[in-house]
Amino acid sequence: MKNLIVVLLIAFIVPALSAQGKYFTKEGKISFFSDAPMEKIEAHNRKANSVLDPATGKMEWSVLVKAFQFDKALMQEHFNENYMESDKFPKAVFKGVIQDHDKIDWKKDGVHNVKVRGTMEIHGVTKDVVADGKIAIKGTSISAQSDLTVAVSDYEIKIPAVVKDNIAKTVKIDIKADYAPLVK
Amino acid sequence: MKKILLLIVLSFLFLFQINAQDDTDLLSMLDEEETIDYTSAAFKTNRVINLHSLENTARGVLDFKISHRFGFINGGAYELFGLDNATIRLGFDYGLTNNFQIGIGRSGFEKTYDGYMKYRLLRQSTGKRRMPITLSVLAATAIRGQKWTRDEVEYPFFARFNYTYQLILGRKFSDNFSMQLSPTVVHRNLVVTRTEKNDVFALGIAMRQRITRRLALNVEYIYVLPDQIAPGLKHSLSVGCDIETGGHVFQLHFTNSTAMNEKGFIAETTGDWLKGGIRFGFNVSRVFTIVKPKIID
Repeated sequence: MKNLIVVLLIAFIVPALSAQGKYFTKEGKISFFSDAPMEKIEAHNRKANSVLDPATGKMEWSVLVKAFQFDKALMQEHFNENYMESDKFPKAVFKGVIQDHDKIDWKKDGVHNVKVRGTMEIHGVTKDVVADGKIAIKGTSISAQSDLTVAVSDYEIKIPAVVKDNIAKTVKIDIKADYAPLVK
Repeated sequence: MKKILLLIVLSFLFLFQINAQDDTDLLSMLDEEETIDYTSAAFKTNRVINLHSLENTARGVLDFKISHRFGFINGGAYELFGLDNATIRLGFDYGLTNNFQIGIGRSGFEKTYDGYMKYRLLRQSTGKRRMPITLSVLAATAIRGQKWTRDEVEYPFFARFNYTYQLILGRKFSDNFSMQLSPTVVHRNLVVTRTEKNDVFALGIAMRQRITRRLALNVEYIYVLPDQIAPGLKHSLSVGCDIETGGHVFQLHFTNSTAMNEKGFIAETTGDWLKGGIRFGFNVSRVFTIVKPKIID
């Protein structure tokens, strides 16, 4: 009888815990910056989706490419039409794991420097990516922040010769998220 | 025995649940909010060639257009195939909102000033709101600035005015192909002969086929209902390509029309394609961002 109670407890509590232990945001901020000799371009997306699972260290991001906002309407159109081909590849996705996530005490307030290793899919091309970032834990909320550099050519995005001085070969990407507990 | 069985079943259940958790795609745990996905860039600019296209100038954007139509190609080598002569239109288009655009222009042809308003009533979209077509309405006025040729006649001032009302209805069928219809009424306060009607009903049809990412082929034809325009006048037919380079769009084309306002190219086209009555022409569009869009937090 004792065994049964233990099993029952485990059977019901453990899955419940692992479902509740996840964190999410639908308002992740992703910005990118292109710094070319002739032109500085930046675009912002405040609608990124992300889920973080402290138990496994998994972190996943998904963002609608069309939701990037530019200062110039024509630039935004070109970004979607000519470079990202957003109708064909509507989303950019990152799936990664926080390295040494088991060394982080997710229950205690604190700031941790972390390395995230994973795959990034942009423009239909998937590449391995390693990024340095920061995780800050405060009460029941977790915030994450990172910046990384991405080579445009890695994702088979072609820059024509006429605009080679207007668009940088590598763009800097800033990522920020304030996670809240995921209740299912 | 029962107890043991129950224990085994529960153990499996428990293991299964753990596994299920591990395999789950984390992102699928979020309900994705569906958004309205507006179809963009059915045409490269707000004009196909002469006709207004399905596109509007975005809010806060000023589009400066320099347009040229050279002389008729059948002028031959003596006229350098028309390049010796040119008529020009300078114009500004401005987006008051993403769906409401206004513009002014000045053409060398009959020293015409023109102004228009264009409002997009329906916008093609997918996602949360599905709309198969884009529908815009255009109202334009053109005022002749040129002096009348006959001094002995006293023309009233309103004789200089012409009006155009147009619906622009179309669809971007695929990434590469777009098509639109433009039913139009042109009202001319003054016509030259009795055979011409003051109100001219016409139907424009225009298509775009994209060749590469930055090059597109455009064709537009304007059918005018019979017995409305002076005998010998032709329907406007234009063929051209759009070349895009960053902030500029170059539209290079061949057309049998001279004027670059609706009344002129719809009701007063003289060139005959079959006899070489074709002009080379171009529109150059350069956009300036006057009001930066707000980044929505």
